[in-house]
Amino acid sequence: MTLLSKFDSLAADRAALLSTGFDPFGIPIEQIYSPTEALIKGRRILLAGTNNYLGLTFAPECIQAVHEAIDREGTGTTGSRMANGSFAGHRALEQELADFYECRSAIVFTTGYQANLAMISGLARAGEDTLLIDADCHASIYDGCRLSGADVIRFRHNNVADLDKRLRRLGDRAAGALIIVEGIYSMLGDRAPLADFVDLKNTYGSYLLVDEAHSLGVLGHYGRGLVEETDLINEVDFIVGTFSKSLGSTGGYCASNHPELDLLRYTSRPFVFTASPPPTVVASTRAALPLLREGVVLRKKLWENARRLYQHLDGLGYKLGPEPSPVIAVLLESREQARALWEGLFEHGIYVNLIFAPATPGNESLVRCSVSAVHTGEQIDHICQAFAELRELASAS
Amino acid sequence: MTVKYDEILDRLGLHLQQVAGTKLEFDEDTNLIEGLGLDSYKVLDLMLEVEDEFDISVPMNLLTDVHTVRDLAQLIEQLKPAQ
Ligand SMILES: Cc1ncc(COP(=O)(O)O)c(C=O)c1O
Repeated sequence: MTLLSKFDSLAADRAALLSTGFDPFGIPIEQIYSPTEALIKGRRILLAGTNNYLGLTFAPECIQAVHEAIDREGTGTTGSRMANGSFAGHRALEQELADFYECRSAIVFTTGYQANLAMISGLARAGEDTLLIDADCHASIYDGCRLSGADVIRFRHNNVADLDKRLRRLGDRAAGALIIVEGIYSMLGDRAPLADFVDLKNTYGSYLLVDEAHSLGVLGHYGRGLVEETDLINEVDFIVGTFSKSLGSTGGYCASNHPELDLLRYTSRPFVFTASPPPTVVASTRAALPLLREGVVLRKKLWENARRLYQHLDGLGYKLGPEPSPVIAVLLESREQARALWEGLFEHGIYVNLIFAPATPGNESLVRCSVSAVHTGEQIDHICQAFAELRELASAS
Repeated sequence: MTVKYDEILDRLGLHLQQVAGTKLEFDEDTNLIEGLGLDSYKVLDLMLEVEDEFDISVPMNLLTDVHTVRDLAQLIEQLKPAQ
């Protein structure tokens, strides 16, 4: 196989995908109107697959902050913080995140993906350390593990006994190993049994990192995620998250009480060798954070919408992820079924995510919805009705 | 006492049969991906079973050198499962 010939089969798959209309994995957004509506293929489409959980992408406070930042500080930082310095906004945002979690310090990264690369590869060393990751962890966690070169052990998803067994097998190496889980899992919307994992990490003397990408702003009274919901903020060693979902911008972070966190600024390659977030992004994130923290009403609305859609789809007999959450995955036996349901929803003016096996837990393909606090009751009705009309498409073949 | 290579191969075979489908023929030279039609995700799930079968830890990063059934059996042997 040559450098380029390995793309032949992918090219064929893509041609087949495009022959029926357009690419579900790269939909052209002609215009975006609001957190829940866009112009796609000349039609006004209801967005229900954007992870815009609190609908903050059009918050006037954030837009205002961006205008001010761009006038004051320009369009970009043109380099990494090690080379080009830390702007006041970077440092302020880090302090605000540390205050938010009431912990010692926080570091901001350019994306959530890089936050995982930076934390995992920064903490673990090849030939020395061991990482234990939940099988359903996000690609950025897998990639961070690879970048570290450390030994990586995978355990069965959300399975405490399975992790226990794998820690036991490590013998002395379990002490000091890093366990990695997520707050809410991006594929099926289920959450980690965090208290049990904390018990295990304490038993073995390991460390625990929780990626709250999908639970920040979603769980806990102040939106601090699963760590707050379970009252375990101080038991978790490293809290990682992203600004790209509930905070409506881009970027990632880690908050921790370990003083060593600050030393990663000098050693972690995905922090050192990439440009820092631009002033605009920092400004909108800083404006969004208090809205998220005080967003008790938004969270209530988010969960009302999520439960309503989940219960409706469940009642229709769709096979769903194990528990209601703002990520609602419909599991389908074949790619063809998933594609047909996705297209049917699009015909009904609704955009959701299409995810093909094997990039999914189990062997099923997914039509994944994500619900927002700013979806109106009518919009949720519309989604429910479309799924009701399309029910046949998901029947067992 | 550690488990002998031939026994490893037999026990591994049962798991391969399960993930690859029962009728599939394979030998030590069979490539896991091309020969058994596994994708990289299935290989990872297979490894969860293999670790439990032999009560060993097989770090994912060691799998980059595993291509054939023999490679996998030899890796398991190196990791010295107890009987
Ligand atoms: C669990 C998890 N971690 C990290 C990321 C990456 O975040 P970002 O989009 O900010 O790079 C995602 C997002 O897709 C995610 O689902």
